Amino acid sequence: MSPLQPLLRVLRSLWGGRGIPLAWLLLTRQPVRLAVALAGISFAGILMFMQLGFRDGLFDASVTIHRLFDTDLVLISPRSSSSVSMAGFPRRRLVQAMADPQVAGITPVHWNLLLWRNPKNLSTRSILALGFEPTDPLFTDPSLASKATVLNQRGRVLFDQQSRAEFGPVAEWFKAGRTVESEISGMRVRVAGLVSLGTSFGADGNLLTSSETFLGLMPNTPPGSIEVGLIRLKPGSDPAAVISRLKTSLPDDVTVLTKQGFIDFEQNYWRTSTSIGFIFTLGAGMGFVVGCVIVYQVLYSDVSDHLPEYATLMAMGYPLLTLLGVVAREGLLLAAFGYLPAYAAGQGLYALVRSATQLPVAMDTTRAVTVFTMILVMCMGSASLAMRRLADADPAEIF
Amino acid sequence: MAIAVQGLQHWFGTGTNRRQVLQGIDCRVAAGEVVLLTGPSGCGKTTFLTLVGALRQVQQGSVQVLGEQLHGAQRGTRQQLRRRIGMIFQGHNLLRCLTAEQNVQMGSDLLPGLSYRARRDQAREWLRAVGLGDHLGHLPHDLSGGQKQRVAIARALAAKPQLLLADEPTAALDSQSGREVVDLLKDLALQQGCGVLMVTHDPRILDIADRLLQMEDGHLFAKPL
Repeated sequence: MSPLQPLLRVLRSLWGGRGIPLAWLLLTRQPVRLAVALAGISFAGILMFMQLGFRDGLFDASVTIHRLFDTDLVLISPRSSSSVSMAGFPRRRLVQAMADPQVAGITPVHWNLLLWRNPKNLSTRSILALGFEPTDPLFTDPSLASKATVLNQRGRVLFDQQSRAEFGPVAEWFKAGRTVESEISGMRVRVAGLVSLGTSFGADGNLLTSSETFLGLMPNTPPGSIEVGLIRLKPGSDPAAVISRLKTSLPDDVTVLTKQGFIDFEQNYWRTSTSIGFIFTLGAGMGFVVGCVIVYQVLYSDVSDHLPEYATLMAMGYPLLTLLGVVAREGLLLAAFGYLPAYAAGQGLYALVRSATQLPVAMDTTRAVTVFTMILVMCMGSASLAMRRLADADPAEIF
Repeated sequence: MAIAVQGLQHWFGTGTNRRQVLQGIDCRVAAGEVVLLTGPSGCGKTTFLTLVGALRQVQQGSVQVLGEQLHGAQRGTRQQLRRRIGMIFQGHNLLRCLTAEQNVQMGSDLLPGLSYRARRDQAREWLRAVGLGDHLGHLPHDLSGGQKQRVAIARALAAKPQLLLADEPTAALDSQSGREVVDLLKDLALQQGCGVLMVTHDPRILDIADRLLQMEDGHLFAKPL
């Protein structure tokens, strides 16, 4: 006897024990009402997908650059509040961190928003400039090291070809072999190469340059001051232990973060110090409420319309629980069938948003599950409210 | 004894609006007996039927149905008892979204321990028994009044009831289909050995009764056939 047989027998008895699929028939025999309900649920689902997608996409986009750094730990000034307002701290602190036996290497980074002049129409716009020693590792992308050698020459920059078009046709001109020169903060620079980094929330474009050029562009920077210090650890070392050692050994004028902590620091700024999170969460909440109203309306009128029939079932001896189960199953079916089109439309709209805005908006499992849970709560909540109507199904009234 | 009622009184409303509709009723219906109840409208017939059918809480008096005392019975007890009572209504009260066959199966679904297929086959058999074997897949919408009432009878009988209660089952039917329906009802009920208590105004069908009862102003009298 195969071990599957008892299982099969259970399944067969469950299948044989099934009844008339009343919830399914109630829904499908009223196609117009079903269509209205599904349209409402899908609409609410799409609204939630879009709002939450924008929110997560914006938070994600705020750390495009942060993710690229080749580092285990990051030093920043405690006065820095976000990538658009990075404060300086003494470079000495980074050198002091070298003293820790687990530290393998460091990279001091200058970080500021500078005014870039569009070489075509001469308008200016703020661009994120990173200054580093061209020989130091900066990004995890290995192709940067060879490109960085051109920065040894003063006044040269690497331009991010994913920067927004408002910075001028720099990449096109460069690829066409033209010499692209422009001004940053009134100083002449030449584009010596292209990199591909991506725009972020705080910066519409990026460029890389050497520390020397950077300080030339920012003559007021105090000597020995940097904005970000990258610390790479030896393989197999414990970042938490290093952080706690550095925290005790370094003075209060620096904050030690992990790379993820640096990312969280930036996202946290956009989440808490701006209204973006609130606005989009509120938008998703509106979708939820609209969906609730529609589903409740549909289920309530469905129960009302069938009240004599529910009462008949009670008169036949069906317990109230069975009838509540029918309404609950209607809610469940609506949730499942309303979610599918919302999911599909969400995928399509995300693709649309990606191509139109370069925002990294994509369907991820967490959000897919979140929206499904919201739709489920919406449908089951509405169903349980509609169930109260069933209390009016008095079998004594149907004679 | 299918029904044994003693000293049944019932009131509607509260306070000054309180009105007595049943003034102490004694009545017995044996298994396999067909009893017809007539009387002017508003005399309490339907109230009596809902009390016997365990659809309403008994206020005063003893109501024993299929051996179960309904005075002071819990909601759950009444619901369990209703499974053993078949009910046929003036309006057929079929589920609009179900086909004739599915409607009847809602009755046979109440039987415990039968597979889906067995319950469906029973539903089909009952529909054939009421002469609707070729209307299995029709929605109530597509059936005539007489056909709907026959589906309702099949549904009531499919749950294998020990007692059948009917409230003016012929009221919405013409004389010929009304006749057919009550004949069918009587034959099938007798085959099942279940008692029948039928409220009716219809003088054309009184001849199917074993016994006639007349209700007036909340009092019940036996009436000669």
